[in-house]
Amino acid sequence: MPTTFFEWIPFLWKKYWPLLLKGAWTSLYLSFLGTSIGFVVGLLVAMVRTIPDPPKSKKVRYWLLKAVKFLCVAYIEVFRGTPLMVQAMVIYYGLMKFASLRLPLIVASMIIVGSNTGAYMAEIMRSGIISVEKGQTEAAMSLGMTHWQTMSCVILPQAIRNVLPSVGNEFVVNVKDTSVLNVIAVSELYFVGKSASGTYLKYFEVYSIVAVMYLIMTATLSKLLGRIEKKLDGPSEYQVLNDEEEESDV
Amino acid sequence: MSEPIISVEHLGKSFGTNEVLTDISFDVSQGEVISIIGVSGTGKSTLLRCINLLEQPSYGTIRYHGEDILSPHFDLAHYRAKVGMVFQQFNLFNNLTVLENCVVPQVKVLKRDREEAEKNARNYLEKVGMLQYRNAKPSQISGGQKQRAAIARALSMDPEAILFDEPTSALDPELIGEVLDVMKNLAANSGITMLVVTHEMSFARDISDRVIFMESGHVVEDDTPAVIFGNPKMPRTREFLNRMLKNQ
Repeated sequence: MPTTFFEWIPFLWKKYWPLLLKGAWTSLYLSFLGTSIGFVVGLLVAMVRTIPDPPKSKKVRYWLLKAVKFLCVAYIEVFRGTPLMVQAMVIYYGLMKFASLRLPLIVASMIIVGSNTGAYMAEIMRSGIISVEKGQTEAAMSLGMTHWQTMSCVILPQAIRNVLPSVGNEFVVNVKDTSVLNVIAVSELYFVGKSASGTYLKYFEVYSIVAVMYLIMTATLSKLLGRIEKKLDGPSEYQVLNDEEEESDV
Repeated sequence: MSEPIISVEHLGKSFGTNEVLTDISFDVSQGEVISIIGVSGTGKSTLLRCINLLEQPSYGTIRYHGEDILSPHFDLAHYRAKVGMVFQQFNLFNNLTVLENCVVPQVKVLKRDREEAEKNARNYLEKVGMLQYRNAKPSQISGGQKQRAAIARALSMDPEAILFDEPTSALDPELIGEVLDVMKNLAANSGITMLVVTHEMSFARDISDRVIFMESGHVVEDDTPAVIFGNPKMPRTREFLNRMLKNQ
């Protein structure tokens, strides 16, 4: 049997690495899918919230939009105002109790992480949308573009680019925060850490390994997201084209 | 004179209790080049923005070929496509290249196919001398180039009229010339109706067919440049011009 910390670490790693790697993979893809779902949900919510109010004379449209906007705000408040761990319990056991729905754990996790992230994303996206200068909207309107054309061609591409750092941040947060899903027995990294440490009662040692694994995942992600951001900015140079070159690039 | 393209009738605009425009009336005929002059803060820009309905007028009527543009059944998108606007701050779409700035609105609003739109855009970009820079993003070109591209964008819609909202006011002095040249060229050769809010007295005097002088939300004088600059009827016009011409 190993005796010191530095003997335990390789011993435990050798014994549990497949389990730990599998847990890390689960954490990673759950957070990826959760963030992706959250991104889409957040984008939709922010788009609804930034629809300009129709004139009061169009009663049905006016009140319908009011109602939908209210629901969006309620959604954001509820999911930002309660802990993720509590949401996991309420949603998972709630679905079981009231809809007699025993969802596969992975699906349930995605719903939980997705809705939670969606609430934060909605505000991130909205800040992105309102940060685009007003002149962009005015120019689009002055050309006769509709609200949706303006959003899809002009505003959202700029807004999404501007919030990418925050979106990346949410992803990194999710890699760590999926650990709370252990309360509904999802075998992500924290959860498998619990099983791995149980046999020899070596909590400190196993969780040191787990911590380093989390750190490697988040650091790699940050680096990767930085690269993607740079790429999305497009080339920093352009060519001044003279007339001879004209034909070749048509 | 032919039937006016745009008629402004007793137009007024208030922001809260602050009345910016009071009882403005004038007609714009086909092919006319009209300069609107006056000190800053007299509502010149607000007037243009009302004509494009970027601001909702508080009262009065604006007609486009006799049709009330404030009527709920009015086809606003079509109107805006036919009456373009050039802004003081250029407002090119930052996410698109110069060429795409001119192509996308044609495709989306006029439903032109891409090829036709691109051909049209290239034609106008060449006219304003920006074809070489078609692959540049707005952040990569100078203010004068941005404004020329913005004019090409407006022209690409093949509008009947273009509203220019102080198109050279945000430019460094050495860049003003290139934009004014483009506008002079338009005024002389295109037959497009132009409504230009400007502080460039030389443009107002030499290029336009008509000059409107505004003060505190009123039209003070509306006449040919020869009268306005040579022998204005209103003393306030004279005062303003004396001040302006002395400074230039």
